[in-house]
Amino acid sequence: MILASAISSFGRYWLFMKRVFSVPDKWRVFYSRTIFEINKLGIDSIPLVIVISIFIGAVCTIQMVLNTSNPLLPAYSVGLATRDIVLLEFSNSILCLILAGKVGSNIASEIGTMRVTEQIDALDIMGVNSANYLVLPKVVGFVLFMPILDVLCIGTALLGGYGVAIFTDMITVSRYVYGIQAFFQEWYVWYGIIKSVVFAYIIASVAAYCGFFVKGGALEVGKASTNAVVSSSILILLMDVILTKLLLQ
Amino acid sequence: MIEVKNISKTFDDGRTVLHDVSATFYTGKTNLIIGQSGSGKTVMMKSIVGLVRPESGEILYDGRDFLAMDPEQIKNLRKEIGMLFQGSALFDSETVLGNVMFPLMMFTSMSPAEQRERAQFCLARVNLHGADHKYPAEISGGMQKRVAIARAIALNPKYLFCDEPNSGLDPRTSLVIDELLSDITHEYGITTIINTHDMNSVMGIGENIVFIKEGRPGWVGNSRELFHSDNKDLNDFVFATQLFRDARSYIREHNRN
Ligand SMILES: Nc1ncnc2c1ncn2[C@@H]1O[C@H](COP(=O)(O)OP(=O)(O)OP(=O)(O)O)[C@@H](O)[C@H]1O
Ligand SMILES: [Mg+2]
Repeated sequence: MILASAISSFGRYWLFMKRVFSVPDKWRVFYSRTIFEINKLGIDSIPLVIVISIFIGAVCTIQMVLNTSNPLLPAYSVGLATRDIVLLEFSNSILCLILAGKVGSNIASEIGTMRVTEQIDALDIMGVNSANYLVLPKVVGFVLFMPILDVLCIGTALLGGYGVAIFTDMITVSRYVYGIQAFFQEWYVWYGIIKSVVFAYIIASVAAYCGFFVKGGALEVGKASTNAVVSSSILILLMDVILTKLLLQ
Repeated sequence: MIEVKNISKTFDDGRTVLHDVSATFYTGKTNLIIGQSGSGKTVMMKSIVGLVRPESGEILYDGRDFLAMDPEQIKNLRKEIGMLFQGSALFDSETVLGNVMFPLMMFTSMSPAEQRERAQFCLARVNLHGADHKYPAEISGGMQKRVAIARAIALNPKYLFCDEPNSGLDPRTSLVIDELLSDITHEYGITTIINTHDMNSVMGIGENIVFIKEGRPGWVGNSRELFHSDNKDLNDFVFATQLFRDARSYIREHNRN
């Protein structure tokens, strides 16, 4: 029963994606809506990204200092560990889990409300491809902007650690800076960006799917938005396992 | 002309809302679908435009079989359709003017200035002034209705569907809307279908009335024939109030049309 419904949702999702990824009716309209969505989904997320990144970067550094107090460990260990945690997992998986809460629920509730108030029917009646018109700009806008959020997150998280070095005597600034530069692997940055782009696609498309097929009223819109966050979080973690295996091995 | 032949619709919950309904809606006439709340008017209208898919039957738009069309043909047909939803269905994120300009922006090559001019013309036709830059949430329900009508007529549709265009309007504005719908129908030769249970509209603009009772076609005629019908269900519905019963007695006594 659960399996059958999972398979049917999966099929419906890809049929929906086929409608989303069709040629826009008007390129100019698509272009301006994409800019609008970049603003709403991407730029508006910047403050949240900065705040959580600073805290997480600081916490990582503090934890590393507390848990690697063994004098046998090299001087760079704290900085290196903080940097790699941020590059490998925090700036993509964890950040996207948080953004699934913000952006995913926003998309699902917006599209769900349009469904229950018949605005999507109104688009269909005019002959507009509603899935394409509403969803493609969101997916494209968010996916395009995600690498910027990812890089911003890496930068501010490392700054957060730097703040710990400056404002506490847990670790010296020079040791921290030496650590975050030691044994740097550029591929880790690309790995993070690839993951975050995939996750951004999952967040936007799954949330849009949840909203688009709402039936009922305001109550169901709320459920759809919860569903969107839960489903995309699970899918993000699942894809995290798969991508890590594929990209880092 | 839109011909509906023997359509039936049963929802997932097993309830049959339309039983074998047939009706003909004429070009250049105001066609009314009347019936009690819950009788299936909205479902019928949604079936005709394709938002609800009936299990059986035929829907012909000037001879073109709608249910057999491929998506491309449906898309092209829909450019000839304007629809007013029962709940207005205005786009929340657009202003009043933006809503009316929307179909023009999507389907014409008009410049923004021309779109604006056309949108303002349509808003003036529904008697709505000075709300251009307000958002749907900032105007009253009746005003939203009128914006939705303006949006529906913006592209000069060949087929116009209005689900309860004057519910929530005061009698005066209601009259203005009825006259507007009647005027544009005759002026441009539109096939207009209006769902209503407003008796003033029925008497005023009922050129072809289809009465639906619990999802079954009950009676067909025009507003003059209405007064002389002995269909009991129809009379129970139309002449439910004393005022209309008095009007009917008067008309029958004086043997007028
Ligand atoms: N999506 C749906 N799923 C199940 N039942 C539905 C659905 N839409 C409508 N119905 C049922 O169909 C019946 C007819 O509804 P409809 O909306 O067509 O009535 P109506 O004649 O337009 O009434 P009103 O004048 O109040 O708008 C109702 O009993 C309703 O419960
Ligand atoms: Mg209705």
